[in-house]
Amino acid sequence: MSLHQFLLEPITCHAWNRDRTQIAISPNNHEVHIYQKSGNQWVKSHELKEHNGHITGIDWAPKSDRIVTCGADRNAYVWSLKDGVWKPTLVILRINRAATFVKWSPLENKFAVGSGARLISVCYFESDNDWWVSKHIKKPIRSTVLSLDWHPNNVLLAAGSCDFKCRVFSAYIKEVEEKPGPTPWGSKMPFGAVLAEFGGAGGGGWVHSVSFSSSGNRLAWVSHDSTVTVVDGTKGSTPSQLKTEFLPLLSVLFISENSVVAAGHDCCPMLFRCDDGGSLTFVSKLDLPKASITRNISAMERFRNMDKRATTEDRNTALETLHQNSITQVSIYEGDQRDCRKFCTTGIDGAMTIWDFKVTDTHRHTETHTETHTETHTETHTETHTETHTHTRRHTRRHTHTHGDTHTHTETHSWSGSLISCHHIGIFLFFLK
Amino acid sequence: MAKNTLSSRFRKLDIDEFDENKFVEDHDETVDNQGPDGAEIGNLIRRGDMMTAFHIALRNPPVNTKNPAIKERALAIVLRVLTSFKSSDIEPAVKSLDRSGVDLLMEYIYRGFEKPSDNSSAILLQWHEKAFAVGGLGSIVRVLTARKTV
Repeated sequence: MSLHQFLLEPITCHAWNRDRTQIAISPNNHEVHIYQKSGNQWVKSHELKEHNGHITGIDWAPKSDRIVTCGADRNAYVWSLKDGVWKPTLVILRINRAATFVKWSPLENKFAVGSGARLISVCYFESDNDWWVSKHIKKPIRSTVLSLDWHPNNVLLAAGSCDFKCRVFSAYIKEVEEKPGPTPWGSKMPFGAVLAEFGGAGGGGWVHSVSFSSSGNRLAWVSHDSTVTVVDGTKGSTPSQLKTEFLPLLSVLFISENSVVAAGHDCCPMLFRCDDGGSLTFVSKLDLPKASITRNISAMERFRNMDKRATTEDRNTALETLHQNSITQVSIYEGDQRDCRKFCTTGIDGAMTIWDFKVTDTHRHTETHTETHTETHTETHTETHTETHTHTRRHTRRHTHTHGDTHTHTETHSWSGSLISCHHIGIFLFFLK
Repeated sequence: MAKNTLSSRFRKLDIDEFDENKFVEDHDETVDNQGPDGAEIGNLIRRGDMMTAFHIALRNPPVNTKNPAIKERALAIVLRVLTSFKSSDIEPAVKSLDRSGVDLLMEYIYRGFEKPSDNSSAILLQWHEKAFAVGGLGSIVRVLTARKTV
């Protein structure tokens, strides 16, 4: 796992290109910055300046290499790379409030934009007139649309909104695609039809984020009343809701058919498991803080604290989690939604962290295995695992990047029930100047 | 000075009622719970059976009614049970609740905070501490975001 601090401004949203060598982020202003990975550093390669209001959503189509951005200026632009320069094309969304979210469809022939105008604009390219046309889904949305996710069949669209509901719409555009086959969510899918609606009923909060699983049969969403809910379309329409004891979560993602990762105001990604019966359970937090804060502050850190905070005290006001402020977006870094190996989080602290995730098979006997892992920047890292349990175990491994220091670092994991405790000796954050 | 001779009746209009975009909550046709039974609870308290009184008090919460009298009555009954508890009994009582029970208890605790009486705050704070240990920040967030509360 590695953390990279881009700037001190919050990262409103981010999007990766197909091979994860470039990331497009918006540092809470009118611009999109594209960073290119070079070695272990991220170097800014492009600045996309066209919006007049804060950028609220970015999505990068992996196959066609186009970026779509939407902003508070009620516009969306589709950017294409021509001769090393990103050229924007305005998309007329016909909305009279800010856009809040944008997502390319799986086949990248259309994209959907959620907005504060209480509607979703589904846009597709009309080659006759050489422009992007938008069609609106209005009913029965009663408030701002906060989040969207496409179903793998390129037609169904899940929307989470501030009217406390999560809905599944059909965004079937006959000009660009064939009629879709029946799905567990429904078989008749004219444009704008509501195939399912969940939530509300006097409880609930704003639905911050929605996610379809890779098969499209399951839909997960997180809401401002600190709940995570999953519904399985193939098993009837009763959603399984888990009331968490954490602060509200802001972003949710399926990383396998049975696992959901969500992160939010607790600044820590959490893992939930959805079993075959469709019921949801909390597994663990994926950011395990140090067991005890007994590190000796190095001289360099002392001077850094003096410089940054005008204090010579040892008092550490940093959070124990890696992110120092809420995480606003979780995305897949390596793998796909069926089997994700790494995922990425960005947040209000301006940091981007990549997390390793491993699903191990069920074990039925005691097993000890040792791994020695040497990385190119002179860090040695030994891990010893001992498990004595018979369930599916999931754990994350943390690697830390250091710059210019050499240190040896031993981790011992012991598994008991579903708790993992992780002892680290010193974590150094890597800052980009 | 100049006197306003025109009608000012328009000032008494609630303009938000006429907003066509006003969000109107869907009406749920669920059963209107009437709140716990005061007499039964009174008996149990006199007998000293606090645990049963506690569980009965948390049954049938008047979440859906619009009638404030019913809600007040239910609140009074629940607060009577909560304030009659001994400090040492609070923790096992909270542990015996399930997740939605803890959320409901939190709602009553915060309602109890709204109108403090002699010693209620102290005992309610103890209840709050124990309920928070089980429900976490999530239970408090659910009290804040719930639109239909007791």
